[in-house]
Amino acid sequence: MQAIFGQLLVGLINGSFYALLSLGLAIIFGLLGVVNFAHGALYMVGAFAAWMLLTMFGIGYFPALLLAPAIVGVIGVVLERLLLRRLYGLDPLYGLLLTFGLTLIAEGLFHQAYGNSGQSYPVPELLRGGFQLGFMYLPLYRAWVVGVSLVVCAASWFVIEKTKLGAYLRAGTENPKLLQAFGVNVPVMFTITYGFGVALAAFAGVMAAPVYGVTPLMGSSVIMVVFAVVVIGGMGSIAGSIFTGIGVGLVEGLTRYLYPEASAVVVFVLMAIVLLVRPAGLFGRER
Amino acid sequence: MNRIVRIVLPAALLALAATASAQAPAKGKLTDGVVKIGVLTDMTGYYADLAGPGSVVAARMAVEDFGGKVLGQPIVVVSADHQLKADVASNTARRWFDQEQVDAIVDLVSSSTAGAVMPIAAEKKRITLLSGPGTTAFTGDKCTGYNVHWTYNNWALANGTGREVVKQGGESWYFVTADYIFGKSLEEDTSRVVKSAGGKVLGAARHPSPGTTDFSSYLLQAQSSGAKIIGLANAGADTVNCIRQANEFGVTPKQSLAGLLVFITDVHSLGLDAAKGLYLTTSFYWDLNDETRKWSKRFLEKHGKMPTMVQAGVYSAVSHYLRAIRAAGTDDADAVMKGMKATPVNDFFAKNGRIGPDGLHRHDMYLVRVKAPKDSKAPWDYYEIVKTIPAAEAFPTVEAQACPLARK
Repeated sequence: MQAIFGQLLVGLINGSFYALLSLGLAIIFGLLGVVNFAHGALYMVGAFAAWMLLTMFGIGYFPALLLAPAIVGVIGVVLERLLLRRLYGLDPLYGLLLTFGLTLIAEGLFHQAYGNSGQSYPVPELLRGGFQLGFMYLPLYRAWVVGVSLVVCAASWFVIEKTKLGAYLRAGTENPKLLQAFGVNVPVMFTITYGFGVALAAFAGVMAAPVYGVTPLMGSSVIMVVFAVVVIGGMGSIAGSIFTGIGVGLVEGLTRYLYPEASAVVVFVLMAIVLLVRPAGLFGRER
Repeated sequence: MNRIVRIVLPAALLALAATASAQAPAKGKLTDGVVKIGVLTDMTGYYADLAGPGSVVAARMAVEDFGGKVLGQPIVVVSADHQLKADVASNTARRWFDQEQVDAIVDLVSSSTAGAVMPIAAEKKRITLLSGPGTTAFTGDKCTGYNVHWTYNNWALANGTGREVVKQGGESWYFVTADYIFGKSLEEDTSRVVKSAGGKVLGAARHPSPGTTDFSSYLLQAQSSGAKIIGLANAGADTVNCIRQANEFGVTPKQSLAGLLVFITDVHSLGLDAAKGLYLTTSFYWDLNDETRKWSKRFLEKHGKMPTMVQAGVYSAVSHYLRAIRAAGTDDADAVMKGMKATPVNDFFAKNGRIGPDGLHRHDMYLVRVKAPKDSKAPWDYYEIVKTIPAAEAFPTVEAQACPLARK
């Protein structure tokens, strides 16, 4: 019983990362209709940005938690303005190919510069130590990851579902032309949305740096699972991606307890089942 | 019409190029005028620090120290990145053998790549000198007549570390194992040693490798098993992450870790505070004697890091190979292999090392313990030598190996 609690808790920690990443993907897909394959790469760039801020400028973890997403957000805005913009209205495959290409370029550059073994990023002084929960020892930093992710996810959900800005966003998802006819500057909204989506990825990257280290391929190892999460949750569903992200983490944790060898596959099995039974995803709507 | 030309023309050119290269004359090994050594290793991946560019540096040093020429012919070192992929490794090996006159391939870190290249080399009568991989079967049922397993193997690691840890009271074990041939072989060898020394094995958690960065769930399983010793049957970045996260999750010091394959570069990146007290078995340490210190200092100047046993092994293997060519008066693989096996190895790496008919290089190994930060007097002053394991005890005997060549 102790073991199962431990695995579920570890699952919850991983699930928090999945939720943060799939949330950004879902927002971008929902509004722009772009399958942002570069999400994993930008998560990696976020982690590297934090590492560079620390090693080159001596800027610590907490400022980096804001600065790195801001930097990556700006990169995202530039990418959207220069490249992605040209592909709206075309088949989503084009966006996927473009962002996939960007991923390869980004990974290649960092790979060339820093090699594969990665850089280590220390856990901030304030968040060292941990709690003895009886069934396991929970490091403080991991608890912080879960807490902060939940807060960020909840805040994003609140903004999108309950505020006027969010209402515009949702209207843009439904019918961008009509929204523009009402005098809303939809292209700018698209740019901001993409910037925000990738900033979330970078935020997750900074959070991940002290746990997983900073490596050029950290994005590709997580992006597949995150895509599966988005598919299970229903492409473009905000709340769906958050719940599914955490849920998938827990299912993984449970599998590690029951049948460890399957833990890497279980997400995709789940995805296949969901696609068969509910092709639009658990929280998605048929269009 | 235009479109057809655009498609057909390149295809025709390609076909032409293919036939042209197929018709290129195959050059004889003796007449190709060069001894070419290919360092096939992991240049940027998980094992790049312990082998990789450092192995290339070591091979070049060996050639330089040999004088750059053998039998009046130049010696060339080429290198390539196998990216830890068996298919990339075998394609590179084929290209090297078929088109680029490579005579011997060294290092082959990661057992999956070594396992892919060895049969190709044997088929083409070229030599493999393994320094990086550990799988015991490479001189057992997978042995070939053109291979030398130079630096260490899993049997030696298991025997050195496993036996000593059980002796110190660590009689119950749980393994965290890299889920591929190397990890499984290491787990199997260590389990056998632990059981024969009177200990027991409670279980194992197998993680995908490479690609796992979060070991917390595997470590929790190890924790809940209640085993006294958690054996890490993995390598490189996997081991480093395991040790780091075991500290983070409070697994240590209640349970102890036994690193079955730990390199000095791993200890370096972990820091002594995280690694202190760890037992490990190695075939080389820079601070053993004057000879090792002298060579290692030169390596440090060129490479910026102290050599791992894999890198030192590459130097030793290449030197022995070149000496065998000089003695045989030819680079013919059969004659060179015969010479290598007949001559004892005596250099800074091995004293009176012997290569058996199975291709295993038997030499002394060292059981060491990682120093605590306060005992470390200088940079890279990391190990305290617990004992020297003589060659006869360190490796399996020829008779114990499942290699058909050992039966003759």
